[in-house]
Amino acid sequence: MDRGRPVGEVLLSVEGVSLAFGGVKALNGVSFDVYQHEVRAIIGPNGAGKSSMLNVLNGVYHPNQGTIRFRGEEFRDMDSHHAAKLGIARTFQNIALFKGMTVLDNVMTGRNLKIRCTFLEQALWLGRARREELEHRHAVEEIIDFLEIQHIRKTPVGRLPYGLQKRVELARALAAEPVMLLLDEPMAGMNLEEKQDMCRFILDVNDHYGTTIVLIEHDMGVVMDISDRVVVLDYGRKIADGTPTEVRGDQKVIDAYLGVAHA
Amino acid sequence: MLYREAGQFKSTYAQDQQIFPILQDRIGMAVLLVIAFVAVPLFGDQYWLSAILTPFLVLALATLGLNILTGYAGQLSLGTAAFMAVGAFMAYNAMLRIPHMPILGAFAIGGLCAAAVGLVFGLPSLRIKGLYLAVATLACQFFVLWAINRIGWFSNHSSSGVITAQRMEILGYPIDTPAAKYLLTLSVVAVMALAAKNLMRSETGHAFMAVRDMDVAASVIGIPMMKTKLLAFAISSFYCGVAGAMYAFCYLGTVEPEAFVLDLSFRVLFMMIIGGAGSILGSFLGAGFITLFPIFLNLASKSLENALGIELSHALVSNTEAVIFGALIIFFLIVEPYGLARLWQIGKEKLRLWPFPH
Amino acid sequence: MNFFIEVFVGGLLAGVMYSLVALGFVIIFKASGVFNFAQGSLVFFAALTFVSLLERGWNIWLALAVTLVAMVVLGMLIERTVLRPLVNQPPITLLMATIGLTFVLEGVSQLMWGSQPHGLELGIPDVPIEWLSDKWNINVSQFDLFAAFVAGVLVAVLAVLTQKTRIGRALRAVADDHQAALAVGIPLQHIWAIVWAVAGFVALVAGLMWGVRNGVQYALTFTALKALPVLILGGFESIAGAIVGGLIIGASEKLAEVYLGPYVGGGIESWFAYVVALLFLLVRPEGLFGEKIIDRV
Repeated sequence: MDRGRPVGEVLLSVEGVSLAFGGVKALNGVSFDVYQHEVRAIIGPNGAGKSSMLNVLNGVYHPNQGTIRFRGEEFRDMDSHHAAKLGIARTFQNIALFKGMTVLDNVMTGRNLKIRCTFLEQALWLGRARREELEHRHAVEEIIDFLEIQHIRKTPVGRLPYGLQKRVELARALAAEPVMLLLDEPMAGMNLEEKQDMCRFILDVNDHYGTTIVLIEHDMGVVMDISDRVVVLDYGRKIADGTPTEVRGDQKVIDAYLGVAHA
Repeated sequence: MLYREAGQFKSTYAQDQQIFPILQDRIGMAVLLVIAFVAVPLFGDQYWLSAILTPFLVLALATLGLNILTGYAGQLSLGTAAFMAVGAFMAYNAMLRIPHMPILGAFAIGGLCAAAVGLVFGLPSLRIKGLYLAVATLACQFFVLWAINRIGWFSNHSSSGVITAQRMEILGYPIDTPAAKYLLTLSVVAVMALAAKNLMRSETGHAFMAVRDMDVAASVIGIPMMKTKLLAFAISSFYCGVAGAMYAFCYLGTVEPEAFVLDLSFRVLFMMIIGGAGSILGSFLGAGFITLFPIFLNLASKSLENALGIELSHALVSNTEAVIFGALIIFFLIVEPYGLARLWQIGKEKLRLWPFPH
Repeated sequence: MNFFIEVFVGGLLAGVMYSLVALGFVIIFKASGVFNFAQGSLVFFAALTFVSLLERGWNIWLALAVTLVAMVVLGMLIERTVLRPLVNQPPITLLMATIGLTFVLEGVSQLMWGSQPHGLELGIPDVPIEWLSDKWNINVSQFDLFAAFVAGVLVAVLAVLTQKTRIGRALRAVADDHQAALAVGIPLQHIWAIVWAVAGFVALVAGLMWGVRNGVQYALTFTALKALPVLILGGFESIAGAIVGGLIIGASEKLAEVYLGPYVGGGIESWFAYVVALLFLLVRPEGLFGEKIIDRV
């Protein structure tokens, strides 16, 4: 695919990650890597462990085994605060916006790690607090423009339709200026037109900001269209890894989706 | 037609980020402040100043404190009165034990001590949420009151723990008339309310609300859970502590620990619910409503007595008051969970469109 | 040593009293996720109604029957007017609504029956059991033992009700997942009404026991708050937890008062239970019998 930025070196590599809840093995020795500026998809049937994988990547879940290497640093497990600091941002399968706040405030909150002034300065609205607020407002407005949500800036997110909420969530994640963006089913429950919009935004983000993208998606058409490489999970194991065309032809993948009995 | 923002264009983000972006709001606020600072102390009578307006302001500040913790940061506390008690008794001790202590310094010390206590009792919030935390804050309520009652140091070993607030003066001016006490309270409350407003519209406030609305997402975007929750507890208890100090110094004068029982915590909670959780304005509306309501009820029962020629017992009136308060809380939670502040906002939106509502 | 046992047993039995109140909380929380802060007020209301009827010369059984009916009706009324309109609200809102309910219930009961304290006699004297005090020199109140027995019977009845009957199965289904229960045709509101009625009944039992022990007075509502640390220990959803938690809280707070109290000026009973519960929470946030919750995102 034609890209503004060339795919670079390995940004993230996951080695033998296993995760169990009680007796249930959600992930079983999964390894894969993600290159810089790449769009990497994780697919698989329901319950394959895709969301768990994302949750491990940004420290919501802690794996029982395995390591994660991100930008040359190695981790036994991530801590979500630290993951955010390293530049990993995230959207959720069931929208996780701050419902009581406006769109603008949600996106502003996405920049919280970039705020330097203390709460006392904020309370007194002193020079630095005011200056920072303005600076970040400019940055946030740029993202709002980029995702075309100017008109709903001051609307509480709870009042927005589903498709727009997903877009706001993307805006909030982008506000952190992430190195890597994890998208958990960014197009679930959307109609065709909304899906097309979302695809365009994802590719634009990848293009314009050079953000590496890891996404989970069920719509195969979308996955094949926008991703550079695909990981396929089934029952917590990796069963295939490669370009969309390679993966599509893989017998194991076809079996997993069509449901061949597991011996 | 009066309340319109048409024609008030914002050409910079700085203009858009003002506290009151709409001109009419700014005028309204200015008028309100002039009335509160000038007209009321000039023309208000002693009873209103000392028995209604001062406690109203103090309780509004406490409600604001609770609102920061519960309304904004989503951590329900039933220990507000305990934080107020710490503020009151520590301000008293600061005046007592530190020579030449300025009164505002004593208030601040009261607030800081309350913040420290809030930090300690906020620690469980790192591991527990919601209802469990609410019960944990009850521990604070009972423990603090017990400590103040039993440990003589707090009340300078007075009998039954009663303290008498010291004389107050600022820059040589004595604060001893109802008007002076009212003005002192008003100034402190106004400054602290402004600070709270600033705080809640900046990153700190956003972090609080993020923790309230969706804590997993909050930590994923890098909001530190521990720091944010503890900060909410500390700031909230600071506000409650200062309110407690003023409750003692500007309102009651003579205070016993029993002034800060669980019932007061509940009353402040009610003020927050009726006024509107997560609203600074709501804290004032709620406190105003609950302060004025018993007075209104009293008047009503008096006129009822006169009309019927009977005498209603005190117990009857106070029980009726409890029933009505309780029922009002339930009513508000069902009908308008965001309280009077939300009604006010709806009213303003209506007014903006009036007289063409479509 | 005898003294220690006496204090310990006394504490356990006092704990049973807390358990009785906590049971009411658990039943409602399990079925509807409502943390009923007003359970203590229900206890007060029940005790006050019963004792007032007795003092007006009613026959004890008649008074009991009428109070029972009143409690059941009150429970259902609360469900209908307060909780049903608040379905699907966050738990904190529900908690605040029940705090409001506390004020209503306490106000109403005192409007109806006046606010003076009453004594209550059920014919079982609150005196030490003779042979125990003669033989071992341990004082254990006959009435406390009776209360423990009543609590045992109550738990057994509740266990049978929830484990063996059709209503019980529906109840557990509702407790597990409202939506799913509704989908398989369990009449949700019907079940909730039943739950509140049962909670009213449990409140009556607790009210009678508490009334005999401490007299029927406003302070009862505060003592009933002690059920909250019990719940923290036992978990909000476990009947067994309510009992065990009650015993632990009762025993530990009595022992603390007797052995620790003198060093710190006494009166630590007012908060000790809460602090125990709080420390416990830091170690095991889900309670003794609660399940660990995994956040799904």
